[in-house]
Amino acid sequence: MSTESAPVPKSGVAEDVQQGPRVAVSALVTNLREYGLILALIAIMVFFQYTTSGTLFKPVNLSNLVQQNSFIIVMALGMLLVIVSGHIDLSVGSVAGFIGALAAMMMVIWPLGPFSNPLVVSIICLIVGGAIGAAQGYWIAYHRIPSFIVTLAGMLIFRGICQALLGGGSSVGPLPVGFKALSSGFIPDVIGSLTLIPPVVNAAGKTIVGSGLTLHMTTIVLGIVAVVAYAYFGLRARRSRERHGYQAEPFTLFVVKTLVTSALALFLVYQFATYRGLPIVLVVMGVLIALFVFVTKRMTVGRRVYAMGGNAKAAQLSGIKTERLTLMVFINMGVLSALGGLIIAARLGQAVPAAGLGSELDVIAAVFIGGASAMGGVGQVIGAVVGGFIMGVMNNGMSIMGVNVDWQQVVKGLVLLGAVIFDVYNKNKA
Amino acid sequence: MASTILEMRDITKTFPGVKALSNVNLSVEEGEIHAVVGENGAGKSTLMKVLSGVYPAGTYDGEIVYRGDECHFKGIHDSERRGIVIIHQELALVPMLSIAENIFLGNEHASYGIIDWNANETRTSALLKKVGLREDPKTLITNIGVGKQQLVEIAKALSKEVQLLILDEPTASLSEKDSQALLDLLLEFKRQGITSILISHKLNEINRVADKVTIIRDGRTIETLAKKDISEDRIITSMVGRSLDDRYPSREPDIGEVVLQVRNWSVYHPIHAERQVIKGIDIDVRKGEVVGIAGLMGAGRTEFAMSLFGRSYGRHITGEVLLKGKPIDVSSVSKAVEHGIAYVTEDRKTYGLNLIDHIKHNITLANLPGVSRHNVIDDMRELAVANDYKAKTNIRSSSVYQMTGNLSGGNQQKVVLSKWLFANPEVLILDEPTRGIDVGAKYEIYTIIARLASEGKAIIVISSEMPELLGITDRIYVMNEGRIVGEMAASDASQEKIMRAIVRGEGKAS
Repeated sequence: MSTESAPVPKSGVAEDVQQGPRVAVSALVTNLREYGLILALIAIMVFFQYTTSGTLFKPVNLSNLVQQNSFIIVMALGMLLVIVSGHIDLSVGSVAGFIGALAAMMMVIWPLGPFSNPLVVSIICLIVGGAIGAAQGYWIAYHRIPSFIVTLAGMLIFRGICQALLGGGSSVGPLPVGFKALSSGFIPDVIGSLTLIPPVVNAAGKTIVGSGLTLHMTTIVLGIVAVVAYAYFGLRARRSRERHGYQAEPFTLFVVKTLVTSALALFLVYQFATYRGLPIVLVVMGVLIALFVFVTKRMTVGRRVYAMGGNAKAAQLSGIKTERLTLMVFINMGVLSALGGLIIAARLGQAVPAAGLGSELDVIAAVFIGGASAMGGVGQVIGAVVGGFIMGVMNNGMSIMGVNVDWQQVVKGLVLLGAVIFDVYNKNKA
Repeated sequence: MASTILEMRDITKTFPGVKALSNVNLSVEEGEIHAVVGENGAGKSTLMKVLSGVYPAGTYDGEIVYRGDECHFKGIHDSERRGIVIIHQELALVPMLSIAENIFLGNEHASYGIIDWNANETRTSALLKKVGLREDPKTLITNIGVGKQQLVEIAKALSKEVQLLILDEPTASLSEKDSQALLDLLLEFKRQGITSILISHKLNEINRVADKVTIIRDGRTIETLAKKDISEDRIITSMVGRSLDDRYPSREPDIGEVVLQVRNWSVYHPIHAERQVIKGIDIDVRKGEVVGIAGLMGAGRTEFAMSLFGRSYGRHITGEVLLKGKPIDVSSVSKAVEHGIAYVTEDRKTYGLNLIDHIKHNITLANLPGVSRHNVIDDMRELAVANDYKAKTNIRSSSVYQMTGNLSGGNQQKVVLSKWLFANPEVLILDEPTRGIDVGAKYEIYTIIARLASEGKAIIVISSEMPELLGITDRIYVMNEGRIVGEMAASDASQEKIMRAIVRGEGKAS
């Protein structure tokens, strides 16, 4: 009787036999959070697709959705690193507004000659954004002033400068067409379009057969290339694990995951192709997302940010230069805030004093909905992106439904609270 | 014979999957000091949590009889009302509140929610006098040392009219002097008729104050010894279930040339800039040698090691570090690591581990270039490294993907050790490598140290446990008040010799 409870040393064989199903289950459990989030996004999309009687997935609306929300997601990429490293940045909305104003002044008002070229202005604006990030990060990293305070000050300062630049309440525009393409442009169709089942028109001018849909073929090809690459790299990572003698996630789980993701991606690509192709801003966003996933998952600098957020003292005693790393995280945030500001200005076609006002809260909410911890050290890029889309789809869907803006905020607040409660509950259960 | 104040019978407490306590019996007599000893994880703390109602009645089996009544405590308030007060290992004081505010926290002298500060402070003064603490009741907790904070906790217990005082490892973080004072206080309480249960790892303390010892192992009562039967050997044998003739692995030292030399090392306090913490230290460590640094709490050993390791402590650091005869720059942690110096901290939770990340990421953190190319981490290589060190240091976990925050102290220590072994240092500084880990894990750590020495590493071990230093080192430096006050070969060192060096050093310093 007494021996029952004593811990019995497990033999190696017994452990190996158990390994299979246990690994499968634990893989599922550890990814549940991520899958759960994507499932939530899909559920929300289906819900709005239904309540807006199919407007949500209309190609025109999808383009709108991307153009309206891409700046949130771009800034959320930087905010994720800020929050993972244990900080917060409240200034991103004001910095975005300021940069938009700066860009407009450079392109429209100030006589800068060749320097008012949209591309040159954009590059200068990104550098200015980085400098703003460095200025704030310097106090946070090297003087240990709480980031909440430094960036709260930044929020006031840059909103003020933004308004002063624009001369009080006025807006500055219109911005050059070349610049507006950043937000409202689509990738050029280098391959040429394909008319799907050419319509057969009868004498009365009515279509008998065929939809007359024209597909943007460059978009289709890019979509297929991306999906194939996604599947290929997934498979290669699996192979590599197996070759080294480690358990990979169960094959069926992998196949289902890859198929569902690919199908979803191809569906969206097809929708875009029937309209005017992929928005440029979506491509920019996609490239940045891929880059940040790679940096956080595979690169040493990403790993160090997580270590610093998890235990800054231990990270420092492991030889990580935590001050410099914090500074870099804020410079990165500054550059992405500037990019966000450019995207906002390009979408509006002008700089307005209220550009980006309050968007810091949407950005922070996206990161927390995506599962990041307010204590630092925990959070995923994909989570923040999906969190951003959840916010975006809700904004868009509720607007189409005609829900009052006041109530939209209530719903978004409840979703944020619900997501975090779900997360905490999940963690305690584990 | 005095009457029995507390009787715990057949206490069984199960957590999902684990039986933490099975049929534990504990009988405490009125007015005695009853020690409870056992390895970490043996179930001592669980037993005390059952007693104090932290685990409420109904979540365990068995019965508690206190002063003749069977008790079913629903929470800590129930047990405190009966005069049972527990003082946990981690002190539960609010740092930015005063002593008086802490003592009466949640129990203030107040009418209609308005606090009568005079009454609180008068009572606090009386209580502080009882525990022998001369401090103004208005002093903030953060401004007094750990030893005094412990006394405040005890004063707080007294304010609750304590009859049965439970102390969970009260001297774990106290200096020798403060520990002595605390034990004297326990003896004084005994004279006043307060019964105490003392949970402790330190056998010499138990020898000194305990009237009885109950030994717990693997969640079971092994035996209860009366005063006359208490002996260190007997206790250890019962604690670990085997005789510990070989508490330290044997080793044939193979000592080579000098690897590390520190010359005239001086450090000032980071805040009190006029206070010199380290006063011109010279030490040498050779290849394959294990060198110990002995000393009392506060002698400056950790401060010395951390200042050496990338100036992680102190300011105005002067002195020279030579590696194999050549001066090296250790002005930042990364430079120290590059030169092959590693420091394994005494406080693994605060300074050693990212507790919310898994074993694999913790092990490679100090040497990420070792598992990456062009700053891109090779996942497979990292996994192989982590599994390799998990096996080498015998980390017990389901896989390398287990969170380090969920590991036992001994296994956490092995993770920290693995991290630094993977950084492949030539000089390894181990600060209290076995603090707070159980006897079995200690032996494993000693084995690792012995193996590293035989591989030709130069090793410095800082430890407050003198038998440990005598058991595993080749040579011992004795430190006191920021100076090296003695150096001896481990073969002709003894606890008395070390203490004598400290005492003589004290004489010299004043």
